[in-house]
Amino acid sequence: LCWPGSGGAAMDLFGDLRRMNKRQLYYQVLNFAMIVSSALMIWKGLIVVTGSESPIVVVLSGSMEPAFHRGDLLFLTNFHDDPIRAGEIVVFKVEGRDIPIVHRVIKVHEKGNGNIKFLTKGDNNEVDDRGLYKEGQNWLEKKDVVGRARGFLPYVGMVTIIMNDYPKFKYALLAVMGAYVLLKRES
Amino acid sequence: LRKNVEDFTGPRERSDLGFVTFDITADILNEKNGLQTIFDWNVKQLFLYLSAEYSTKNNALNQVVLWDKIMLRGDNPRLSLKDMKSKYFFFDDGNGLKGNRNITLTLSWNVVPNAGILPLVTGSGHVSVPFPDTYETTKSY
Repeated sequence: LCWPGSGGAAMDLFGDLRRMNKRQLYYQVLNFAMIVSSALMIWKGLIVVTGSESPIVVVLSGSMEPAFHRGDLLFLTNFHDDPIRAGEIVVFKVEGRDIPIVHRVIKVHEKGNGNIKFLTKGDNNEVDDRGLYKEGQNWLEKKDVVGRARGFLPYVGMVTIIMNDYPKFKYALLAVMGAYVLLKRES
Repeated sequence: LRKNVEDFTGPRERSDLGFVTFDITADILNEKNGLQTIFDWNVKQLFLYLSAEYSTKNNALNQVVLWDKIMLRGDNPRLSLKDMKSKYFFFDDGNGLKGNRNITLTLSWNVVPNAGILPLVTGSGHVSVPFPDTYETTKSY
């Protein structure tokens, strides 16, 4: 079977590349840069609006099953005046570690001056999180909180996990995206 | 929604430890839909928890989750549990349980959708429970 149509399109593509002069190339690069900048601006905007340093996180473990599974996406807010209450799902980072943990608050002790300490536990875990905290640390504080889970989408975060586990996939995806944007011609 | 409790306290190390037994009779409904069952097409599960809220000299507000349960879509939204013991140790941060006349027990739940917002709902009806002034030295469990 012969597909002369597609063969012709490939020839046109290479023809385009050769015909593209410097000005057009710069134009395409600028287009690409604009897309990247807009994406970054949206992300920064989300950080400002939600008050969280990481407004969208991917669930990495099964410790909150059956509510959340590995690969689910969580949307967080971290408003300063939002009190921490038992039953809330918080995302926190243990001091000195980079990995955010998504668990539920099971104990809260708040002083009159607003000073709060709280304990967390994963729904699917038998014991509370004291074993995960820093050595000698028995409670979490507001400063450890990345945000509170307000909304969620299943499965969508799997892409991030796959890109993390298989870096070749990430590079391939970036290469394809880059090629598409650079070669796309406005008709 | 109704809960009944009886209780005693015991000191462990330096903090008060409370023991609570309770009954729960509850009907989990969706107020917005005219009191239909809470399990609609977008509710995957409910995470129910019984929490005790109280004030002490040390801390203006304390909340301790005593018991929780995961209720999946398809389970009966009516609860009728009797003589339940708390799942988790009811430790106070200090000695604020002894003689504390006003511990409020509330049943709340986290609605986990198939996709979307994660609301926390507090059940109507709560029970106020006093702890006695003295410690029990024998373990009654």
